[in-house]
Amino acid sequence: MPTLSPKDLPSADLAAGQLEQGHSLWSDAWHRLRKNKPAVFGGVVLIALALLCFLGPLFSQSYEIQNLDLGAAPPSAQHWLGTDTLGRDLFARILFGGRISLLVGLVASVVALIIGVTYGAVAGYLGGKVDTVMMRIVDIMYALPFTIFVILLMVFLKDPMQKVDAWLSQYRWLSFGQGMGKILLLFAAIGAVEWLTMARIVRGQILSVKKMEFIEAARALGYGPGRIIFRHMIPNILGPIIVYTTLTIPAVMLLESFLSFLGLGVDAPMSSWGTLIKDGAEKMEEFPWLLVFPGSIFSLTLFSLNFLGDGLRDALDVRASKD
Amino acid sequence: MLRFIARRILETIPVLFVIVTVTFFMIRFVPGGPFTAEKAVTPEILRNLEAHYGLDQPLWKQYFNYLGSLLHGDLGPSFKYPNRTVNEIIAEKLPVSIELGTEALLVALVLGLTAGVFAAARRNSWLDYGASGLAMVGICVPTFVMGPLLVLVCAIHFGWFNASGWYTPADRVLPALTLGGYYAAYIARLTRGGMLEVLNQDYIRTARAKGASELRIIFRHALRGGLLPVVAFLGPGIADILTGSFVIETIFQIPGLGREFVTSAFNRDYTLITGTVILYAALIIALNLVVDVVQVWLNPKLRFE
Amino acid sequence: MGNRLLALFVAAALLLNGCGRHSADSVAGAPPKKILNFGNGTEPQDIDPQAVNGVPEFNIILALLEGLVSYDPHDQHPIPGVAKSWEISPDNLVYTFHLREDAKWSNGDPVTAQDFLLSYKRMLTPSLGAEYAYMIFNYVAGAKDYYDGKLKDFSQVGIKAPDAHTLQITLTHPTPYLLKAMCHMAWFPVPVKVIAKFGGLDRKGTDWTRPGNFVGNGPFRLKSWQPNQRLVVERSPTYWDRANVKLDEIDFFPVENANAEENMFRTGQLDITSELPPDKIPFYKRDHPDQLRIAPFLGLYFYSCNVKRPPLDNVKVRRALALAIDRESLIKNVVKGDEQPAYAVSYPGVAGYVPRARLTGTVDEARRLLAEAGYPDGRGFPPLELLYNTSEGHRAIAEAIQQMWKKNLNVDISLHNEEWKVYLDALNTKNYQLGRYGWIADYIDPNVFLDLWETGGGNNDTNWSDPEYDRLLAASRAAPNDQDRYEIYQKMDAILVDQLPIIPIYYYTRVHLVSPKVKGYWPTLLDMHPWQYVDIDR
Repeated sequence: MPTLSPKDLPSADLAAGQLEQGHSLWSDAWHRLRKNKPAVFGGVVLIALALLCFLGPLFSQSYEIQNLDLGAAPPSAQHWLGTDTLGRDLFARILFGGRISLLVGLVASVVALIIGVTYGAVAGYLGGKVDTVMMRIVDIMYALPFTIFVILLMVFLKDPMQKVDAWLSQYRWLSFGQGMGKILLLFAAIGAVEWLTMARIVRGQILSVKKMEFIEAARALGYGPGRIIFRHMIPNILGPIIVYTTLTIPAVMLLESFLSFLGLGVDAPMSSWGTLIKDGAEKMEEFPWLLVFPGSIFSLTLFSLNFLGDGLRDALDVRASKD
Repeated sequence: MLRFIARRILETIPVLFVIVTVTFFMIRFVPGGPFTAEKAVTPEILRNLEAHYGLDQPLWKQYFNYLGSLLHGDLGPSFKYPNRTVNEIIAEKLPVSIELGTEALLVALVLGLTAGVFAAARRNSWLDYGASGLAMVGICVPTFVMGPLLVLVCAIHFGWFNASGWYTPADRVLPALTLGGYYAAYIARLTRGGMLEVLNQDYIRTARAKGASELRIIFRHALRGGLLPVVAFLGPGIADILTGSFVIETIFQIPGLGREFVTSAFNRDYTLITGTVILYAALIIALNLVVDVVQVWLNPKLRFE
Repeated sequence: MGNRLLALFVAAALLLNGCGRHSADSVAGAPPKKILNFGNGTEPQDIDPQAVNGVPEFNIILALLEGLVSYDPHDQHPIPGVAKSWEISPDNLVYTFHLREDAKWSNGDPVTAQDFLLSYKRMLTPSLGAEYAYMIFNYVAGAKDYYDGKLKDFSQVGIKAPDAHTLQITLTHPTPYLLKAMCHMAWFPVPVKVIAKFGGLDRKGTDWTRPGNFVGNGPFRLKSWQPNQRLVVERSPTYWDRANVKLDEIDFFPVENANAEENMFRTGQLDITSELPPDKIPFYKRDHPDQLRIAPFLGLYFYSCNVKRPPLDNVKVRRALALAIDRESLIKNVVKGDEQPAYAVSYPGVAGYVPRARLTGTVDEARRLLAEAGYPDGRGFPPLELLYNTSEGHRAIAEAIQQMWKKNLNVDISLHNEEWKVYLDALNTKNYQLGRYGWIADYIDPNVFLDLWETGGGNNDTNWSDPEYDRLLAASRAAPNDQDRYEIYQKMDAILVDQLPIIPIYYYTRVHLVSPKVKGYWPTLLDMHPWQYVDIDR
């Protein structure tokens, strides 16, 4: 099942570190993050992009109104980023597409993060037979055919999806149009595959911190496993988790364009960055702006995300804090 | 260690069994069958077609028949390509994917490791920014953009290569660059990250204090630990590379196995789906095992559990 | 470092280039071989005409095998193939074919009437599961009973071989287009003796279609077949008309991606492509009109209405939607292939038949009809979903029509794409409201578009049923001559335009690239090209 995602990531071992107090870890980190210029830049750009995508459509042109006689036209005063082959304003399409892509990137990654971290941590912490069974389940899920899985998901959840749609359509101001149910399903489908790798990484990391003195100490103090995992172990392995998450987001956004091929995701005429880039790639010679603009804004998002991710990792690095 | 490996190999049997079973039943619940076509065949013809492939028998019987032939290493006939068996299709196409995968892997490792190591060694220098920036571009530009772009420039504009195909040695260059470049970007970022973690550690500081040269520090001391994340990434990564890439094989018309993973599902070619899934599962499991072993070897603090 | 690396790659590329391009070129000195490189769409499933059903397979089989009659290369009317002549009985029920004596299989055996008889018997063997069996059992007396197992004795079926060079076929009803249908690969002979050697006549997928084993009677013979790479056929030394075969070799390339195909055409790897993305058409029209081939193609693009589901259960709604599509603009700006707008179901001018019925009416009338149906200015229009299979072309058409309905009728519909087989399943099980569909004819006769809408017909996914239409269809099958038959078709077309179980949109064209070097590849309605007439300048 070749998915578009990177499969596995860092397991740098965070040796000789001492856990700091929870609140001071976070406040120290925030302090360090604010001093990191690229990270601040990345954060600001991301917030600006999100605002633009979610508020911009209120005063931009329509993403669906066509001008068939105009067709694909290069940037002009009326259409800042040009129009697509059906004569629709590309700028509006990118903004609307951004809503979907940012939302998919964020929500699917969070889903993957929550399931993956919990699952991996539990497997790694408990070890033994439980670990073996849990990790073999991950192997099984890795190997199952993803295309088939997605089609089945859509077939069996078609009715619930339509109910969600009917319910959401009462709230027109959300202006997601039809098909919100399918977008929710999309999050589930992507989250369902992306957590696998996260679980493997987290398990590896947990194994490497498990035997350290401060964990032994916590155990000696009689803390329960839940507290040890989430209060003591996870804060120590945040670095790799963050780096992997920043790499997951672009993969997820592109995976969305594959899923929309299967009919899952946004329905035409709504677009997403993934589908815009994919369509643009097929016309790059005739109408380069259809690839260049969506591609640029996608890249800008990823660069920002990456700066922010690097900054976060440095800020949360337990060892670095002692320098 | 041998006991560890032996145990893992034994564990593979139930895992593969579950995968085969789940896949077998999953695909039968998907709408549309192998003979669903635009020009609908008449009911009596459909009945005979299904009988020809034993699809008219009860599902449990089909399942045990399949398991039976699987035990003899027979993956069955393809429904889409009547004159080929699944074994044959895999035997024909896997070598192509392995060849392309190996070439791409070489590109990825040479470019990715070099860029990552130098970026980490000269952290925050222009070299670092350049290499890291390039890696980011590699991550931002998906293969379905990079492939056609390379074709347009190198094949059509300059005329150095065929636009697509898999006939001459020169036909390997563009696909290997496209696929390898994508993985190189990930490897570069991971190597840089891993190296930075290691270069910060006490034993490196000790080595520096002892006056070891920078080159010696990087290649003798840091690289081993710094490669851990790359190794973890490469396990499933290699399984993906070797089983081929749907996008690359479609753009460049390569007769590899990657396309079969996706198109067999679209064709509802039941036996081919199960066959490719078994292959992929076995590879994933094997490579994850290799990764676990290598990781212990690279990091003696871990032990076989 | 980066620069040096790049230079290295470039150097390597240039070196490899020398031995790279056009590997198929001939040895220096000898006269250049005439090789046609043909983009054939997809990988052939097989090359046994009784085991396949696609166009790419047909293209290849047309080079390897020859039927009793074959296509005229210009207008595709049936001309002598293996049969040098034939007679039709006065009641139009018995066809007697006289086979030419010099027809040979590529292993040297003569092609006999017995070969045809056994081939058709194989096609009708139920356990073979041939998808095109109906092409024979729909017409030939006793064939359906034999296929269903009601008749055990094949000698009772209306296919007889009185001697080695005479074949007699008896029909259940007069079928004026029988000879046209017989040009189809379903009627081609297969080398039964060879097939019997490779695992029997009642099994498909045996090794007889492999290079080295394959035996055919066509103008070319199988040379090599590398799956997903290319299938090569070369001039057959045993073909009866070998002196007139022009090409030495045809290389069939299974290139599924239209962009990749266009690239291969530009680098000279292909001489003919199977398609061209619509957005590239205007550029070729402007820059390379000599390479662009646009030809009428016997097919209809339409939206199928599920007439059991509201709001499409109301004929006024269907009519309003049909009238509110600006077909000219759609063709000019979206499909771009000079297609012909469709205002009726039957293709105008197919085999001399032009439907008189025509969908006419202004947008104002569409609005009026919608109001009469209870949705003035689109108010209260129930949810309507248009289903299409995932493809950029279908999506663009759907998006454009969605906007036209919004603009002209103030009706909001939603679009929904599905992967191919899920989409087909939804149509077959009638689990949809409005679905895009295309129908390509197998032979040139008006009935190809009219047969479909019979009550309960296998491809009638509309739930539409009209007793008068069914009665007319039955009457058309008994019609003594084309004139009477066409008059009945006029009435059927009128019913379809009146009831609109489907919304016709446009008649297809074939749009693809053909190198100016290619000769004898004439535009034809079925897009079939008997390979013995094709030539190339080298």
